[in-house]
Amino acid sequence: MKKLIIALLISFASTSVFAGSHSPCGVTSGSINILANEFTTYRIFMDEVKSCAGPDADFNVTHSVDHNKLQVAALSANPAEFSAKLVTNGSITPLMNDGLIRPLDDLVAKYGSNLNDNQKITIDGKIYAVAFMANAQHLWYRESILNDLGIAVPSTYEEVIAAAEKIKAAGVMENPYAGAFKSGWNLGQEFVNMYLGHGGEFFKSGSAQPNVNNEKGVAALNVIKKLTELSNPDFLTQDTNAVKEEWESGNVALMHVWNSGAASLLDDEGDQNIKADTRLAPSPTVGGGNKPATTLWWDGIAIATNTSDENAEASFRALVGAASSTDLANNNPNATVWLIKGYTPGDTAGPVVDAASRGTTPYPSFPHMSLMHGALSTELVEFLQGNESAEKALADVEAAYIAKATEQGFL
Amino acid sequence: MPHRTFFWFILPTALAMILFIGLPIVSSFFQSLHIENEQVLMEVENCDPFGCTTNVRVDVEATEKIEAENPLGRFNGFGTYTDRNHLAFDEIREAWDNTSSIGEFKDIVLNLPFYKALLFTLTFCFAVTPPVIVLGFIVALSVNTLAKSLKGLIVFGTILPMIVTPLIGSLVLFWMIDSQGIIGASIQILFDDPNLSLKASSNLTWITLIIYGIWHNTPFAFVVFYAALQTVPQDPLEAAYIDGATRFERVRFIVIPHLYPVATFIMLICLMDNFRVFEPIIGFSAEGVAQSLSWMIYQDLRNENKMLFGSAGATSMLTILGIAFLLTPVLIRTWKEFKTER
Repeated sequence: MKKLIIALLISFASTSVFAGSHSPCGVTSGSINILANEFTTYRIFMDEVKSCAGPDADFNVTHSVDHNKLQVAALSANPAEFSAKLVTNGSITPLMNDGLIRPLDDLVAKYGSNLNDNQKITIDGKIYAVAFMANAQHLWYRESILNDLGIAVPSTYEEVIAAAEKIKAAGVMENPYAGAFKSGWNLGQEFVNMYLGHGGEFFKSGSAQPNVNNEKGVAALNVIKKLTELSNPDFLTQDTNAVKEEWESGNVALMHVWNSGAASLLDDEGDQNIKADTRLAPSPTVGGGNKPATTLWWDGIAIATNTSDENAEASFRALVGAASSTDLANNNPNATVWLIKGYTPGDTAGPVVDAASRGTTPYPSFPHMSLMHGALSTELVEFLQGNESAEKALADVEAAYIAKATEQGFL
Repeated sequence: MPHRTFFWFILPTALAMILFIGLPIVSSFFQSLHIENEQVLMEVENCDPFGCTTNVRVDVEATEKIEAENPLGRFNGFGTYTDRNHLAFDEIREAWDNTSSIGEFKDIVLNLPFYKALLFTLTFCFAVTPPVIVLGFIVALSVNTLAKSLKGLIVFGTILPMIVTPLIGSLVLFWMIDSQGIIGASIQILFDDPNLSLKASSNLTWITLIIYGIWHNTPFAFVVFYAALQTVPQDPLEAAYIDGATRFERVRFIVIPHLYPVATFIMLICLMDNFRVFEPIIGFSAEGVAQSLSWMIYQDLRNENKMLFGSAGATSMLTILGIAFLLTPVLIRTWKEFKTER
């Protein structure tokens, strides 16, 4: 009760100061404990969240590339291990499935006056997350290398393969292509991109029955196989961060990674000659399709159900303060494509805007999609090593998915 | 010891074992017989920066209601044990009926996740354990002959691989075998092949993991052998020396027979430990080509989605059975030795 009164007093005080609109920043009560993925743009965002929370706030953030694997267990506990989680349209689904994140309508009404409407992620009429950036994987290339060999910027994967073969044949680079093919989530994601690029559907319509073992799936796998043959032989151990290191070492001329990679690839660290030569291009199409073979993502903030209202409010205030900070966006215009009000897109936003305008599919948000992604993560390796056929690999994916989905109660 | 004294003596240990080992095993077994309740799906409208779409989501309230009535989930008997991701009875029967040669049948079976993991686990176990025993013995013999002033330092250095956390040890080695790391680059120069990569081929990855396993486990065998060497009676050794036995003969006919039970003990512990091989797979990012049973449990519990408790429980039970099966011959042997000594 005492805490409630204090909270009310504080909120009255802020009302009088800000005359009607609550300022989110300057948190003094409740503790903030955030789980987030690990990459440079998130670090930039978190610095802003921390400064918004203010010096008196009890502020903690855990960055982990394994955030997807941690989130369900961490937020299922009561009280939850974290008060907030940075989610994407991919990782929000498992949390929604279990009701682990709370509706934010009241908090948005109180503190979200500076948000764009399209930042509010609405599911069944309620706001469950507030997006602050859009992201997509797309092509990156080294301009001088393509120019020297007279190669036009590839717009299809067939051209990407031809270009990489030419670079290899010219003896400029041994492994000119790179993508995040690390067995696990990354490899699954490469298939998701390529399969959607071929116009595939992951499930038979209106059901949770898998639908990847078909011509489109085989075609997608064959393209991935060709790309891996032009990549570093260690491709199965390289995630996005490892690929970015390859790029910065000058070992790669073409790669397909996240737009948010610009924050670390185009910063002042590392070889400035490579940085000056780095160009971004739209994601290629594949197999004669008209949509780029990539997926659209938003990244946003979500608040745990199993945390106290006080912590939820504190966390939301700090996060939404950053998610509506025009300064954050305009001071780091190239860190990603911000969805924040008043943001003027930087030079690097082009490929994401291009993907959105050409009707690229957002990452599928079926509740059983993560089981499919999990099956893709483990069952495609043997095909890429040349130990089994594409059809067999896809049959394995379906069988592994069916066993897991049955156990989870989806089939 | 009178039974009464023995009872009070063993009681705290027994209680702790029941509490921390017995009950968790029973609970995992119980969990492995169940699968999740059915998920109630509903259609909803989702709006995000890319527009509004109609989508399905789990009806949390309805699902929670079912969950509250049935917190353990649906009873599935041994269904999880026999499904495709575990013992895969149906798939094996089908493979048996539809293949014409043993080779073909073997390929299909070893492509199933459980058998794939079992193959690596067993290979790792049997490739690591014997070298560990032999190397541990040789190192112990060598250290035992050192001057006293040197011993402390050398013993410390020798057991370092065991002290280093497995994950850290494997990560360090992983970076060293990178094509730009010191070992990886040296091997490329040695074999004059700029594309040679220890991480790229599954055979080389397996060999790397096995070498790591030997490196990590040898200190344990060394410590036990070294301690046992201090108990070798000096009289027969001296007698043999006077009789003109060479050093090799003394080791062969006096030291080895004396240390035999110790070797059995080391083998027991090593087999048990190596059957649970896990950290090096993560450290070497080798999950693509080398999966072990423990890794399967980890994968089920740290799936992208909900944790698959049933699957993880079933694999745990199968691991326990596997260890029991593996250790039976060694245990029978120890029991026989124990009886003859009496």
